[in-house]
Amino acid sequence: MLERLGEIVNGDEALVRRGKYFSDTFMIEVGETQYLIEIRQGRIESVATGPFVMRSWTFSIRATEDVWRKFWEKLPPPGYHDIFALLRKGRIALDGELQPLMANLLYVKEVIAAPRKLEAVA
Amino acid sequence: MTAHIEAVTGRYLHLELEGLVNRIYFEEAGQGIPLVCLHTAGSDARQFRGLLNDAAVTENYRVIAFDMPWHGKSSPPVGWEREEYQLTTKRYTNMIMAFCRALALDRPVVMGCSIGGRIVYNLALEHADELGALIGLQAGAYVERYYDSSWLHRPDVHGGEVCAGVVSGLVSPLAPEPHRWETLWHYMQSGPGVFKGDLHFYQVEGDIRDRIGAIDTSTCPLYLLTGEYDYSCSPEDTRAAAARIPGAEVVIMEGLGHFPMSENPDRFGEYVRPVLDEIRERLST
Repeated sequence: MLERLGEIVNGDEALVRRGKYFSDTFMIEVGETQYLIEIRQGRIESVATGPFVMRSWTFSIRATEDVWRKFWEKLPPPGYHDIFALLRKGRIALDGELQPLMANLLYVKEVIAAPRKLEAVA
Repeated sequence: MTAHIEAVTGRYLHLELEGLVNRIYFEEAGQGIPLVCLHTAGSDARQFRGLLNDAAVTENYRVIAFDMPWHGKSSPPVGWEREEYQLTTKRYTNMIMAFCRALALDRPVVMGCSIGGRIVYNLALEHADELGALIGLQAGAYVERYYDSSWLHRPDVHGGEVCAGVVSGLVSPLAPEPHRWETLWHYMQSGPGVFKGDLHFYQVEGDIRDRIGAIDTSTCPLYLLTGEYDYSCSPEDTRAAAARIPGAEVVIMEGLGHFPMSENPDRFGEYVRPVLDEIRERLST
């Protein structure tokens, strides 16, 4: 899923433009598996799969496999359709330096929801 | 070229609130029973553009939607630059009733969304005999804080962008794209700290759980309509409130989120028109 973020995000000119001032690395944890998403000026540079040795990241978004599976459904069920919906229900943890996330919230939300479009890409 | 002018008109009301004159913008359309509409936190009355243009509604209702002070085209009161804006139950209630009296509205129906839905409970408690009926959209009695609202007003995060970012998931994934982005645009345009100030009422001061049991729906009917994708005021939150209010009518709106009238006006119309028809019948008897 996440490994293919680059092809979805980088092909979306409007999304890349929205993230023009976002250059950072953040972590998404899916159950026990960690992914580091490296972004430069709104484009996905790399998606690395853990385990990692001494890698840095700015903020992390962690949830169980089951939560992410529902989140990435093409039409997610109510309560699983947005990271703030997950927050309200305590199904997700946001940690680290959150300023880059909050300053680019619409962009980051759209990036992490991008796997919903995969079916259409495939 | 296609062009048309809506039947909606906009005017400014100069209204004294808390000893200060406020220049308040309101829009209206239609004739008949006054229907006063209250927008959500950090937005403005443009959220009701669909209802104001719904001929099936304006045929029997005089639909009126005002921008709260600090919101939309309403100015903040003189001296705003020295004040941290915070909405409270008292402030909000007085503003709504003062607006209705200034326009000499006879037993208006009041419909509010989110913070507007919350204040509907207080209107039911304190002003039921002056109102024709109440409609709470996305109306919960309380919401615990699930994010830190200080992110909404600080210089290293763009206020408009973050307000839209915070609420974007409150729009249902099924909302038509043009209406989704129009709804977010209103949030992007709100003044610095205004959304946060409204949330003071919504998340901190305006907990009304202990009082709603005293609402008397025989004096003033109460309808509660909630979209299924709302997680700020979820269907469970609305049902929990309604369970404590004898006679409160609940409608869960499928496929809608926290901004039903703005994110999907057509779908919302299908849910609200039967309610408005029923109110019209009740008021005529």
